[in-house]
Amino acid sequence: MATLKELSTRAGKFSGGHRLCPGCGAGIITRQVLAAAKNPVVVGCATGCLEVSTTIYPYTAWNTSYIHNAFENAAATVSGVETAYRALKKRKKFGLEDTEFNFIAFGGDGGTYDIGFQSLSGAMERGHKMLYVCYDNGAYMNTGIQRSSATPLGANTTTSPAGKVIPGKTQYRKELTDIIAAHYIPYVAQASPSNWKDLTRKVEKALSIDGPSFINILSVCPRGWRTPEEKGLEIQRTAIDSCFWPLFEIENGVKYTVNYKPKTKRPIEEWLKPQGRFKHLFKPENKYLIEEEQKRVDNRWEMLLQRAGEI
Amino acid sequence: MGNRIALTGNEAVALAMKQIAPDVVAAYPITPQTEIVQIFSQFVADGDVDTEFVTVESEHSAMSAAVGASAAGARSMTATSSNGLELMFEIVNIASSLRLPIVMPIVNRTISGPINIHCDHSDVMAIRDSGWILLFGENAQNAYDNLLMANRIAEHQDVMLPVAVNLDGFIISHAVENIDIVANEDVRDFVGDYYPEKYLLDEEHPLTMGPVDLQDFLFEHKRQQIETLKIVPQIVQEISDEFAELTGRQYEFFEKYKLDDAEIAIVAIGSTAGTTKAAIDNLRERGLKVGLLSIRLYRPFPADAIVKALSHVKAIGVMDRSESYSNTGGPLFSDIRAAMYDAGETAKIINIIYGLGGRDITVKDLENVIGRVKEVQDSNQIAEKVIYYGVRE
Ligand SMILES: Cc1ncc(C[n+]2csc(CCOP(=O)(O)OP(=O)(O)O)c2C)c(N)n1
Ligand code: SF4
Ligand SMILES: [Mg+2]
Repeated sequence: MATLKELSTRAGKFSGGHRLCPGCGAGIITRQVLAAAKNPVVVGCATGCLEVSTTIYPYTAWNTSYIHNAFENAAATVSGVETAYRALKKRKKFGLEDTEFNFIAFGGDGGTYDIGFQSLSGAMERGHKMLYVCYDNGAYMNTGIQRSSATPLGANTTTSPAGKVIPGKTQYRKELTDIIAAHYIPYVAQASPSNWKDLTRKVEKALSIDGPSFINILSVCPRGWRTPEEKGLEIQRTAIDSCFWPLFEIENGVKYTVNYKPKTKRPIEEWLKPQGRFKHLFKPENKYLIEEEQKRVDNRWEMLLQRAGEI
Repeated sequence: MGNRIALTGNEAVALAMKQIAPDVVAAYPITPQTEIVQIFSQFVADGDVDTEFVTVESEHSAMSAAVGASAAGARSMTATSSNGLELMFEIVNIASSLRLPIVMPIVNRTISGPINIHCDHSDVMAIRDSGWILLFGENAQNAYDNLLMANRIAEHQDVMLPVAVNLDGFIISHAVENIDIVANEDVRDFVGDYYPEKYLLDEEHPLTMGPVDLQDFLFEHKRQQIETLKIVPQIVQEISDEFAELTGRQYEFFEKYKLDDAEIAIVAIGSTAGTTKAAIDNLRERGLKVGLLSIRLYRPFPADAIVKALSHVKAIGVMDRSESYSNTGGPLFSDIRAAMYDAGETAKIINIIYGLGGRDITVKDLENVIGRVKEVQDSNQIAEKVIYYGVRE
């Protein structure tokens, strides 16, 4: 892994002065991901908070080449960039025969789990040499906190509001990491900026692979989660210690490795409690949802340990 | 020089693509464009062309990948029809706004619904206001030639806009014609290499493309796009003249057929222009002074030149192979009427909407249509502004 000093010199690929909210996970993740890239990078970014906050014309926070095309097509767009690179290298244009590039797509959970799902699946199946990073903040934050298929059970969003008869989102989130692993691509992982060493190593590994890779990264959104700006990474740590967001990787669709096992698993309440979006779950009539979520998290954790050969 | 061979429109398009050998092609099959994708795949599989071919999972991704490839610095192409074009619509607009010189043959087919695989122009008309340069032709030779010119137009440093080359589904795409082929080396020389000024893979000069553009700048950027479109016709003509020097085939913004002494004019787009010529020949034998204006450059619309070419006629029938659902006729009709009105022209103009969903239009039909325009000329009155020709009422 790169040393801290090396990482710090590469961190300038994504500069400050962007307009993400204070405490937003997306900016931290982007900085960490880009710092882990040794080569020049072309970034493709889906519409969403990261995109609208970092390239307000005539300014840009990106010190790498960057393209935003639309909401649902970051993967297809980067497919095109990566293919162009191979084509131009082959034809010895622009001196590309002597350069190595990394291609990284960024999308929010909406742009990845939902509207961009097809584009992502297609790009992974075709085998483009790209890393797709999903910063999963569990809702469409840019348009004002609407639910996505990544929104956790019970969360209060503006399209799954906690109302008098419906207690927030009634569905479980979908496990996109598993679905992408089912493409049997070389490398798939889940990470969190709270565990930056793990994240950096995963990005390095993904970029060293001659093929597609996908990393799903939990991303705090103080606005949508209703959490204090300065508590973001602390809260993300409870997601990991409660096993709501396990850190693991899957190679070639089958080889599971659990990268972090909490010494004592923290109850799911510790993850839910500090977040305003789950506040209503602590009313007596909604407590059953917390129990359901706990069961779900436990089962999934056990399944991961089994697949990783740990139990 | 090249030689003359029998090809379908789709084969001619695929051959032109092979001769151009773009860096990247990203495409998805849809009738009646499918053969282009298949034939081109075979060229790639056989090593006849070293283009990188991206077998995307949808047209939306086809245009998205074409945008990515073009932005990266590659010459990139796609091809589609009908619903495929509508699926990529969002990105069609982004391609032109990013000033990416993507080239796309569109094999024109009606858009759903109802679903139907045959020719009309409802697909391309839905992107007529998207900032693309739109070229049409009446046969496979035109499609082939337009495609060979398309990259030059798109990539011209004063243009940098995408170009769509239209050909009528089945009528052109699947009919065999004898086509004059340009020799490979001549195509290479004519089309040349593509070296954009700004591109994503420029390591020394990182570039942000597709930023958020708010109230303070977007309007200026749109204005630049519009200003560019004003000079496009001139550049299209320069490149067409150069092509004529190479091949002897001269293209203009439109083709005039027996128009200069005509009293009645038909304005048409696509294969129907060819059918109209046969009808004109028949009626000219009977002494009717009728001529044709067949549109090649539809966007940007060469209004002044069209007005000039039509200014002497007394009655005009504008043939639209699509509707605009405005209760005021089809899209070409609106364009022609606006152009003529602005110039103070007084010719009587009617609209003939025909051939939707691939309904056949024959020489006899066009003689009838011309007869209707003649009635307008004789009476100096428009009894029916929009005629739905060939439909059971
Ligand atoms: C085709 C299309 N549909 C809808 C939108 C509106 N829209 C823009 S961003 C967004 C939500 C983004 O959510 P996510 O991907 O999770 O990113 P976040 O904003 O949370 O960072 C939506 C719905 C759009 N731009 N394009
Ligand atoms: S709304 Fe949330 S995701 Fe969007 S910038 Fe603010 S903190 Fe980040
Ligand atoms: Mg989100």
